[in-house]
Amino acid sequence: MHFESLSDFFAMGGYAFYVWLSYGAAFGLLITLTVVSVRTRRNLFDQIRSKQAREQKLKEHRQGNKNNEPKT
Amino acid sequence: MWKWLHPYAKPERSYQLASTLLPWFAVSSVIALTIGIVWGLAFAPVDYQQGESYRIIFIHVPAATLAMSTYMAMATAAFVGMVWQLKLADAAAAAIAPVGAVLTAVALITGAAWGKPMWGTWWIWDARLTTELILLFIYIGIIALHNSFEDKVLAGRAAGILTLVGVINIPIIKYSVEWWNTLHQGATISKLDKPSMPTEMLIPLLINILGFALMIGALTLVRFRNEVIDRNSMRPWVRDLVARESK
Repeated sequence: MHFESLSDFFAMGGYAFYVWLSYGAAFGLLITLTVVSVRTRRNLFDQIRSKQAREQKLKEHRQGNKNNEPKT
Repeated sequence: MWKWLHPYAKPERSYQLASTLLPWFAVSSVIALTIGIVWGLAFAPVDYQQGESYRIIFIHVPAATLAMSTYMAMATAAFVGMVWQLKLADAAAAAIAPVGAVLTAVALITGAAWGKPMWGTWWIWDARLTTELILLFIYIGIIALHNSFEDKVLAGRAAGILTLVGVINIPIIKYSVEWWNTLHQGATISKLDKPSMPTEMLIPLLINILGFALMIGALTLVRFRNEVIDRNSMRPWVRDLVARESK
């Protein structure tokens, strides 16, 4: 370990603000990109699922109409 | 000789390949980045000129160099998409663009936070910094073009043209520190004959570059899968996939 103590480590030889700003910004941006990318997949799946449900409903509706047609 | 590649032009095969590779990239990138960052932050020796502030290098250099490599990867995909009209190549290019943009932003922010204590300013309009900012704008333009058209073939072509034109910026960034007088220091690692960095600093830096590269791979795979699903949402195999995952 290069540093004497934990507070020494956090102080970064007086450059704490700049060092932790860099690491924080990098971490924040990359985590955000990861979360957004993973969430996109879930949203796409939800969209496809609701579309399928809508089509299924339409199909049932059409079939239902056919059966209820009054006999002439 | 290259015939084995042909089946991967099918979206389903490519999607499966991406799914197989993803966990390996994700896990290995987390391992490499953890080792590299802990080593770089806590164990690497201090720089005799810059003090502890130099520790920013362990994210600044991987982000900046790989932002350029990522651009070249995206340009290759865009080129393949334009010449051979491979839709999956366009999907790959669209998947990479946001990853490259974030890397460029990380390089710029960490560069500014490093410039302030060392040069006395967050920003200066010199060659290296300005061309890197232009790289960010080009990335944003490419992302915007990909999202501007409902028709993905058209979007891929428009974004592909901008991508290929933007390649001109890459050598300019790389050689900007040699062609112009600049505050930014020259290359540190690539001078293999006379490395200007002690090994105890170089090793964690190389580990972090590897970790960043693997992370870029993992993020690209995640986004590539999304692009494939988005572009094939009406196909039976996607519907089967959705049905399987809903259970």
